[in-house]
Amino acid sequence: MLADAWIIAAKDLRIEWRSRVAFNQLAPFALVVLVLFAFALDSQQTVLAEATPGLLWITILLALVLCVQRTFVTEGAPGLADQLRLSGLDPAGIFLGKTLGVFVQLVALEILTFVGAAILYSTEFGSVGLMICTAVAASVGLAASGSLYGALLLGVRGRETLLPLLLLPVVAPVLIGATSAFQAALGTGDVTLDQAWRWVGLLTAFAVAYLLAGVFAFGPLLEDT
Amino acid sequence: MRRVVHLRDAVCVLGRFPALAGATLQVDAGEIVLLQGPNGAGKSTLLRLCAGLLPLQSGEAEVLDCDLSTDPRAVRRRVALLGHGVGLYEELTVADNVAFWTAATKTDRGEIDAAIARVGLAGRLAHVEVARLSAGQRRRAALAVLLTRHAEVWLLDEPHAGLDAQGRDLVDHLVATAADAGVTVLVASHDLDRATALADRVATIDGGVVAALGDGARPRRSREELSSAG
Repeated sequence: MLADAWIIAAKDLRIEWRSRVAFNQLAPFALVVLVLFAFALDSQQTVLAEATPGLLWITILLALVLCVQRTFVTEGAPGLADQLRLSGLDPAGIFLGKTLGVFVQLVALEILTFVGAAILYSTEFGSVGLMICTAVAASVGLAASGSLYGALLLGVRGRETLLPLLLLPVVAPVLIGATSAFQAALGTGDVTLDQAWRWVGLLTAFAVAYLLAGVFAFGPLLEDT
Repeated sequence: MRRVVHLRDAVCVLGRFPALAGATLQVDAGEIVLLQGPNGAGKSTLLRLCAGLLPLQSGEAEVLDCDLSTDPRAVRRRVALLGHGVGLYEELTVADNVAFWTAATKTDRGEIDAAIARVGLAGRLAHVEVARLSAGQRRRAALAVLLTRHAEVWLLDEPHAGLDAQGRDLVDHLVATAADAGVTVLVASHDLDRATALADRVATIDGGVVAALGDGARPRRSREELSSAG
């Protein structure tokens, strides 16, 4: 299963490396969203500072939708679903591979977004360890849920509009948890470090739940494609 | 002689439409069987059923001794399907695609270059993204993937489509060579002159059933030859 996951992830990252879609489109998109937020709240610097954790994670969620759409568009080419089923690859491995590919792209985007926030919003990051743990746990959950819903909508007409409609409400707990944890890390809210780590626990539980759901559900989803 | 494909009164329903409505067909190892018939007759459905990609509604269906009514997945690794869609990643090069499918099917990576060369895409074309290739070149790339699978059964749906004369000759050569090596081939084609010359037998599909069975123009080999090949 893990070997199959690596085969799929390596392929997805190779596709990204060759097409540069994340680099050329997703990264500028994330930065443009940050800039627009800065324009909208420019006159209220205090509000901008306090809203920064939420703005960061909303930006990541919007980028996630595009990233998942992009990842599953490549699987929608004629004949690919059949060949995947004929290959004998473990469906759970395919799911984990897709998740790993999205995770790597998300982490790269997050680094860029956080750096962008530091420059545009003059954000000062306090607890780097908390931030890294939050970002990793949240990204695993986002990548797993995104991959599950991306597969669910593979072959469905109008999936481009359906994906955000279905996925964004599902990942709302990640937005809440990651924002709260980041408030503690950035010192912008009244969330204590102790509470922040409990939010990280919730993010981890979300990630594990979606990883397990994907491992068990991906096979039937692939069969229905 | 080894029976590779056994269909008896096989029914396959797509949505509410019975795409196969009681097809009966037996194919032995090393045989090349042409499936001919009008559009919508059920040729592609029959091929996909044999690949274990469609559920059998009723009747009997066995491929390589795998019962498709109970476990259609068991046969998948052992067959190769060349369908209407080439099944390639457009952003990857030909070499990347063949390497990926070789890794996915756990076959010998050492054969990648040889397979690409056999379909005439060696050199610069091997390193061109599939999205930039012509329809015929994509078909050749899909054939390279098919070659690396070492499948026991080839299921070819319009393999000549989009190919120039040289490409069609290549398909015929690959199919004949594979059959000589014991591979069983079911080929659906509208290019009847060419495909009939290639086939041992011709099955006419109409209305989801095998309406007629006849001989192809390929010189029939003795049963001993077929047995040793299989």
